[in-house]
Amino acid sequence: MSFGAISVASGLDVWQTQALSLGMFTGASQFALVGVLGAGGGALAAVVTALLLGARNSLYALSLRPYLDTAHTSWWRVLGRAQITIDESTAMAIRYPAGSRQARHAFWTTGLAIFVLWNLGTLIGALGAAALDDPRVLGLDAAVPAGFIALLWPRLRDRSAIALALASAAVAIALVPILQPGLPVLSAALVAVIAERLMARTERTS
Amino acid sequence: MIWPAVIIGSIGTYLLKLTGYVIPARVLENPALRRLTALLPIALLAALVGVQTFSVGTALQIDARLAGLAAAIIALILKAPFLVVVLVAAITAAALRATGLSV
Repeated sequence: MSFGAISVASGLDVWQTQALSLGMFTGASQFALVGVLGAGGGALAAVVTALLLGARNSLYALSLRPYLDTAHTSWWRVLGRAQITIDESTAMAIRYPAGSRQARHAFWTTGLAIFVLWNLGTLIGALGAAALDDPRVLGLDAAVPAGFIALLWPRLRDRSAIALALASAAVAIALVPILQPGLPVLSAALVAVIAERLMARTERTS
Repeated sequence: MIWPAVIIGSIGTYLLKLTGYVIPARVLENPALRRLTALLPIALLAALVGVQTFSVGTALQIDARLAGLAAAIIALILKAPFLVVVLVAAITAAALRATGLSV
């Protein structure tokens, strides 16, 4: 529901909002795309931010292979399972033994159930927000950063993650008056690259 | 420019998901790539929190969104679910505006 409302408050119409939940179907990327567009960023900056956030789904798919593959997995099944490869379906599948029927069952039921609920919620939220004259009155603009911090929160598992988050937020805020809208957020990807290099160096020396 | 972003973004995120199932595993097993993929969501989501809280176009402004964010963090510390966190932030900001305490 919150995605639908936030997307419409960011300036997308109900159809565009619903198309994202059907076609993109990965929460963080969807929120990022509408967030960057809503802040006045260009389409390119919005798409690149969404793709960088969606890259982790590739690794989920990779780690799911031994859990889902059988000797006769058809190509249309692979095409279908790709769309419902998200945090939740991955987490449910890997609780069962690799290659087991339960793992496949958990993946498909979780993925499809969330797909249906997420799209229903999107529609309700989008129609609700579209009925309002000024989303600011209901504080929907404040709901946007709240949605992002709720997505971020479970990833702040250790001190280096918290340090990276604070550094990225500081860099992006500092660049707001200097760069075009959309680019300050993307610049945080460079902060992540620097953090990765620092971690690689620490690993080598330890 | 919204529809092209929606369509190209959707195709791109789908292809990323599909990539993990169809390309040779060793391509994605590069440790640096793995680390970076784990760090990117933290950096980008944190940047989005910062920009969406303080920016109005290319200007910075402190307003009711900051109070909403503080309320959201308290809700997260209390382990509230996603929808509650978002609602608490919206209600906090709306209440401050309705009482004239903030813009």
